[in-house]
Amino acid sequence: MDAQRQPAFVAQERDASDALLEQVNQAIQSALPLRIQGANSKVFLGREVAGEVLDTRIHSGVVTYDPTELVITARAGTPLSVLNAALEDAGQMLPCEPPSYGHGDAGASGAGDGTVGGMVAAGLSGPRRPWSGSVRDFVLGTRVITGLGKHLRFGGEVMKNVAGYDLSRLMAGSFGCLGLITEVSLKVLPKPRLCTSIALEMDSATALARLAQWGQEPLPISAASHDGRVLRLRLEGGEGSVAAAHDRLGGESIDPAYWRALNEHRLEFFTDGRPLWRLSLPVSTAALDLPGDQLIDWAGAQRWLKSDASGSEIRRIVSAAGGHATCFSHGVEDSPFQPLATPLLRYHRQLKAQLDPHGVFNPGRMYAEI
Amino acid sequence: MNILYDERVDGVLPVIDKQLLLHALQTRLPDLDILHREEELRPYECDGLSAYRTTPMLVVLPQRIEQVQTLLKVCHERGVPVVARGAGTGLSGGALPLEKGVLLVMARFNKILHIDPAGRYARVQPGVRNLAISQAAAPYDLYYAPDPSSQIACSIGGNVAENAGGVHCLKYGLTVHNLLKVDILTVEGEHMVLGSDALDSPGFDLLALFTGSEGMLGVITEVTVKLLPKPQVARVLLAAFDSVEKAGRAVGDIIAEGIIPGGLEMMDNLAIRAAEDFIHAGYPVDAEAILLCELDGVEADVHADCDRVRAVLENAGATEIRQAKDEAERVRFWAGRKNAFPAVGRLSPDYYCMDGTIPRRELPGVLKGISALSEEYGLRVANVFHAGDGNMHPLILFDANQPGELDRAEALGGKILELCVKVGGSITGEHGVGREKINQMCAQFNSDELMLFHAVKAAFDPAGTLNPGKNIPTLHRCAEFGAMHVHMGKLPFPELERF
Repeated sequence: MDAQRQPAFVAQERDASDALLEQVNQAIQSALPLRIQGANSKVFLGREVAGEVLDTRIHSGVVTYDPTELVITARAGTPLSVLNAALEDAGQMLPCEPPSYGHGDAGASGAGDGTVGGMVAAGLSGPRRPWSGSVRDFVLGTRVITGLGKHLRFGGEVMKNVAGYDLSRLMAGSFGCLGLITEVSLKVLPKPRLCTSIALEMDSATALARLAQWGQEPLPISAASHDGRVLRLRLEGGEGSVAAAHDRLGGESIDPAYWRALNEHRLEFFTDGRPLWRLSLPVSTAALDLPGDQLIDWAGAQRWLKSDASGSEIRRIVSAAGGHATCFSHGVEDSPFQPLATPLLRYHRQLKAQLDPHGVFNPGRMYAEI
Repeated sequence: MNILYDERVDGVLPVIDKQLLLHALQTRLPDLDILHREEELRPYECDGLSAYRTTPMLVVLPQRIEQVQTLLKVCHERGVPVVARGAGTGLSGGALPLEKGVLLVMARFNKILHIDPAGRYARVQPGVRNLAISQAAAPYDLYYAPDPSSQIACSIGGNVAENAGGVHCLKYGLTVHNLLKVDILTVEGEHMVLGSDALDSPGFDLLALFTGSEGMLGVITEVTVKLLPKPQVARVLLAAFDSVEKAGRAVGDIIAEGIIPGGLEMMDNLAIRAAEDFIHAGYPVDAEAILLCELDGVEADVHADCDRVRAVLENAGATEIRQAKDEAERVRFWAGRKNAFPAVGRLSPDYYCMDGTIPRRELPGVLKGISALSEEYGLRVANVFHAGDGNMHPLILFDANQPGELDRAEALGGKILELCVKVGGSITGEHGVGREKINQMCAQFNSDELMLFHAVKAAFDPAGTLNPGKNIPTLHRCAEFGAMHVHMGKLPFPELERF
């Protein structure tokens, strides 16, 4: 990944929403687009945006966190490592395990680490996603600066809230194209009592067939990855269920650091020079014959592909299987995100025009038309 | 302030010649069942919110998706409002018809199209009942998790439109967390797929946006839901408390212990007594509050968690703790809770069910506030509470035959919802805004936020003919509502003209 190196940045708790609002309002008045960034850790993903940089990291800090309410609220510029440290102290976690793609371990200052706002805007989730849900599933509320230059609040800090349209979850994965996220409330959960990781040698066809079978049983699996040779599983839950599952499945215990390395793209697989593709597939998809090397995650629902094949060839095969492909290497594809069906694209444009009428928020980051 | 559609504040609707429209539909769709006589239309004049009734202009009962498509095209060409309806069990009037609109009944689309055990999903038509999905998946030891209490009757299309919840949301999520894909028809009758068979799809998350959008953005024609493996075992504990505050604190203590129960419900004394009289569940009728805590999962974990929860409940001052000794007793414990609404209905000729959510820590204060309001308005309130996720269902007891009581019940309900908003909660956790809470939306959102909601609507339905008047109030309605509820001497929406 060729993320631009950023100068060291020390996270400070600070409410800078007025400054952000002013910058957005200036952009609206002068009709000059903004390129929204946090730590710039996911700058490789999506299309280039020409615009004035809006750096959310000036607006940082955990606003409220009451562990027994299972909700944390943080400003967009808060480093993920700061959020995770607060949760860790209370024995809780963000179950969707968002990757940071920061450069190296950020340490207490959170320098160079992905931000909370970037995590929600990119909507990427880690190995636990098929069992726990995605980033958007844990978003309870957001504060957003809109395309009309207003700082508004949607959703809230409660688990259930169906008043009005669900704009908070719409923001997740929208890559900043619909508004500037300034604050997010997230549902969090207690960490599992026990966590064990195991490895089992088998080929990918066998692994995928077993995973489809195990998925229909109440097993405490919380991560499943296959590298072509070895199936790695993470078992999480109470002492009894984890021990019983380990006994039943067998296998060697492995270092749980594997999951972090997989999530952050630090395995050797990712060092290969060919373009990286993310394939999102139905859970029970069999092994896919594609040019290049594959690494299976999410029990088969997410597969990483290193390949020189053309985007159209990859997308033809993946679409036929009911999935879609995203190019994770910068500058390879003009449309890194899979193109949308015609009516769907039209409604994307209409939504963009309604929510960002002056076209100031990350124009073209997802698709040229929005 | 009346909640029936009021063109003066909710927007003028086009004048439609019923006979001309009927003729056009009969010509274009000769095999479509259309109801148009007064006596045929009557059964459709309300949904589960039966205090409010409007006779629709026409009712259509399509059986094929192409009929829905053509119907939407004809209505779009003529600017005719369309209100979609599933099983009609909604509690917020989301499917309340319009005198000047067509009621589109989707109930005949009741086929389960495909159950895929390996893919752990079910593809169903929108009129399939919620419980029917779990029944069809049962042979594979799979089930569909969201279980609103109307699950034997409510349809999955309506569940998606309202983002329905149930008693297991804290652990298993709402409808939005349990969907893969929804097929919709736009207001122009164009087909779109939102979501996919994979766990995500390219573009904006329109699946999340449409879930809970109350039929305002499109008509749902097919739903693909996720199925989960059935938990190996489920155990339920019943704990009695001599104060509601203690019971509320016990809920926080259970979560602080690192346990997420499958279900965690609270009932107050009035609700306990009503349920016990009706169901004979064996509830302690002298308790001020009871908690029902269900733990589900793998046997060994559930056993260990039951011991942990029992210790927490003892420390929290429970006066009595019982564990259901067998499946029959577990079902009986739940039957009392699941029948709490009809049970309370036996205490009073009518009841009005609220649906506010609050941060759990605010529970004692909000319950005190409700009890003060109950006295002020002279109406009894029974409290049933999804304690785990902060979703309250205060039930206001009243008699619609007593002049003024419905108005008083409505006003009391409005005050309770405003109290929820004041402590950082929401006016609706799972029932939806519909028409019922249209005025309280003005308390939860400011005019800029409401304008943004209207902008979202305009992206999908610029003429506003899909379910007009539901979910999002006009600023005019809020101005008028605000004028009646001046807060601290300050009028909301001061920029608007009052008339």
